[in-house]
Amino acid sequence: MILFVLRRLVGGLPTLLLVTLLVFALTRVLPGDPATLLLGEEANPQLAAKLREQLGLNRPILVQYGAWLGGLVQGDLGRSIRDNEKVSPIIWQKLPTSLELAFFALAIALLLGVPAGVVAALRRGSATDAGVTVLALSGISIPNFFLGILLVYLFSIRLDWIPPSGYVEPWVDLRKNLLLMLLPAFTLGTALAGAIARFTRNSLLEVLSQDYVRTARAKGLGERIVVWRHALRNAAIPVVTVIGLQLGGLLGGAVITEQVFSIPGFGRLVVDSVFNRDFPVLQAVVLISAISVFLVNVLVDLLYAAIDPRIRYG
Amino acid sequence: MTRTLRSFLSNRLALAGLVMVLLLALGAVLAPWLTHYSPTQTDFTGLQQAPSSKHLLGTDELGRDIFSRVLFGARVSLVAGLISVSIALVLGGLIGLVAGFYGGWLDNLLMRLTDAMLAFPFLVLAIALAAVLGPSLQNTLIAIGIVTTPVFARLVRGQALAERPRDYVQAAVALGGGDLRILLRHLLPNITGPLIVQVSLSTAAAVLAEATLSFLGLGIQPPTPSWGSMLNAARGYLAYAPWMAIFPGLAIFLAVLAFNLIGDGLRDALDPRTKK
Repeated sequence: MILFVLRRLVGGLPTLLLVTLLVFALTRVLPGDPATLLLGEEANPQLAAKLREQLGLNRPILVQYGAWLGGLVQGDLGRSIRDNEKVSPIIWQKLPTSLELAFFALAIALLLGVPAGVVAALRRGSATDAGVTVLALSGISIPNFFLGILLVYLFSIRLDWIPPSGYVEPWVDLRKNLLLMLLPAFTLGTALAGAIARFTRNSLLEVLSQDYVRTARAKGLGERIVVWRHALRNAAIPVVTVIGLQLGGLLGGAVITEQVFSIPGFGRLVVDSVFNRDFPVLQAVVLISAISVFLVNVLVDLLYAAIDPRIRYG
Repeated sequence: MTRTLRSFLSNRLALAGLVMVLLLALGAVLAPWLTHYSPTQTDFTGLQQAPSSKHLLGTDELGRDIFSRVLFGARVSLVAGLISVSIALVLGGLIGLVAGFYGGWLDNLLMRLTDAMLAFPFLVLAIALAAVLGPSLQNTLIAIGIVTTPVFARLVRGQALAERPRDYVQAAVALGGGDLRILLRHLLPNITGPLIVQVSLSTAAAVLAEATLSFLGLGIQPPTPSWGSMLNAARGYLAYAPWMAIFPGLAIFLAVLAFNLIGDGLRDALDPRTKK
């Protein structure tokens, strides 16, 4: 097991190395010079030259990459250009907020998606099935920011039940924290719920036509046990896969959701770093999102073994 | 292909998607004839008017007609979807064909690069690219196109790999056909099915991505009407002028939904397992 994890991580190293190269290239090789980007087009050339010197931009490009990579390995993501603060602590400080949001979004997505998919599969071809299909695709198609704005309009402005935006740490006021998380988590979770519903439906339909399900029915087990205990467990693998695959989407969605609801998380950092032209921060957040996606996919592989005992990692 | 077409047309949802896209395209093309309001003409005597017979969908914070802006916004949205996906299709298709056809170290290198790009969350990479390139219509299309490229590269490579050992490809090779000719004349036509599905789904994603970038202020810049930036502007007036947000939002939603419905329908129609 541990060996498998290690092998997966080492196997991913070349890809991760390429990821760092791409992130680096993003701000260095593309047209546009960071100093000009930072100071604006009409900047004083002397000032720009000084900044370039300060950022180490006049060293050979490979040396720059090496220095940046060397820092990364030691957990040093550089310093923010805006306030010269270290980037890693900023990210560590923002990450828990986004993880909380993602956790609730995932919970909502599972609570909505799995039952919807099961019902659709059991009533294949019915109006319910068609309804679930349309709803699921709608969940995938509706822009996060539009759904967020609609929810704010309905629940905050019209009904005045929930404050429209903001964030309170759970240890400061848990009730308020949960209340404020409700709309953003729903906003973020709908796309995932749609994807989960579709995969649950299709996967369950495939499983339900197999022999052991017929056996289970033949030996007189109740339909509920057949579906929830026998079939769903085997239908779960594609569903877990889709959750892993959608994590990138969840991260992207978090960027928008945090923007709409003014949540000071990791996603907000992406947008802020763009508008502050803070390229060390932008590089760091883009890199960290790619690495998280990679790590979650390793985790998903491990989950397979937990769901299906036939899968073993030596 | 006719069987596939018949199967697609018998799928009501897919058909609905097709009709929606056609209506949208029609609205975009005929925009100047469908409304006599200019999408950028401000009117300070009629700010934020609710929908009425005079202004079908109301007016915005500068008195501009929202119906007109939604119609002209469809142009931006559709162009963004089509052009960025075309970029991805050409670039990704080329990468995939070359990787799948030649194999070896070239395949290895190209696919490693594709893997690395796929490791980034689609939207985060699009935001970063758009930010580095600078906000404009052209750069938005390039950013979305680049981010969409690896999906096509992967897909085409897989298909090319599967077709490579087939007799017709081997025959073309044996007859001394040039590589480029084999790739484009023989291989490509045989892998169009899955490609069309992906084009449709990617167009949905691209339309959504353009709207998102514009919503964040990183895409199409004012005064050009774009659904995303209209929604962004509407946020501040949600309490008094909700129509400013609702109509462009609905437009994005329906456009994305329509392309997704078509993609879904095509996939089912092309999938031999879902024969009815």
